[in-house]
Amino acid sequence: MSEAMATDSAPTPTGGLATLVNDWSDDKQTFHVPWGKAMMWIFLLSDTFIFTVFLTAYMNVRMSTTADWPIPSEVFALTLFGKNIPLILIAIMTFILISSSGTMAMAVNFGYRKDRVKTASLMLATAFFGLCFVGMQAFEWTKLIHEGVRPWSNPFGAPQFGSSFFMITGFHGIHVSIGVIYLSTVAFKVFRGDCDKKDNYEIVEITGLYWHFVDLVWVFIFAFFYLW
Amino acid sequence: MADYAEGQQHPIGLYLKIWALLFVLSTLSYLVDYFNFEGLLRWTLILTFMLLKAGFIIGIFMHMAWERLALAYAILMPPGCLLVLIGLMAIEANYTFLTRSIFFSG
Repeated sequence: MSEAMATDSAPTPTGGLATLVNDWSDDKQTFHVPWGKAMMWIFLLSDTFIFTVFLTAYMNVRMSTTADWPIPSEVFALTLFGKNIPLILIAIMTFILISSSGTMAMAVNFGYRKDRVKTASLMLATAFFGLCFVGMQAFEWTKLIHEGVRPWSNPFGAPQFGSSFFMITGFHGIHVSIGVIYLSTVAFKVFRGDCDKKDNYEIVEITGLYWHFVDLVWVFIFAFFYLW
Repeated sequence: MADYAEGQQHPIGLYLKIWALLFVLSTLSYLVDYFNFEGLLRWTLILTFMLLKAGFIIGIFMHMAWERLALAYAILMPPGCLLVLIGLMAIEANYTFLTRSIFFSG
């Protein structure tokens, strides 16, 4: 599955599971990746737990309420050019986030090629898409609040809908917003030449991990909250 | 000095293909709702597309497919505990619904 690295002591294993045993028996470190990358992965693991707990709570209240749950395709529909299109804003938001993941993956790729300008530009493009996403989410919130959706009640159905929606999309939106700031900061550092000075573009990949996680969470929110 | 797999760079074409695939899967997910699929078929399609997208994002975009197993397992196995939590909470929710239906019905 992965390349085996030469160590100081034992002969290099080539099989996947053998590397597993080797790594966990290593005397210095288990994860043979840059420290920042391992730390980001562990942080994302913890964040996975947080979002899963929120989505599980949502599942729990939706399953246990005797009131009808609002129908997402109706609640989140927009009337465009006279036609009522279900979930169109959410679909656009999903495409925006997928686009941003693509630009991020390309940024990481150019980071490995040590292309300063392309890497920074693609990271800024990613941040821009993220900003668009947050703007649309803010519009969605405004529209729903205007229509009477509150954390404790709403005109569409079960009263738990509002708090589930605002908690889950709110936490996700904050993650996206932090990501935009994070991306912009790293893009600036890359453009300034910090990575060329250290001769490594690791921070680009680490930022990429965070951003792909944000997209990943949206994949689950989209499926469980909007489509279900 | 950290020694790590240098084989992290891949031809950009791979990312573009997966990117296109993600767009396709997203469109398909959206169409499940647009064409009003219902019941078990709806759930199966939603979950399948969701897991495929998640798999490609984690495996390719986040490079997990090329990481050493120690890291991959350390990150991907703990969420298995979450499946247990989800199962327990589903059972509990079902029970709560049952008691509400029995005791609070008009």
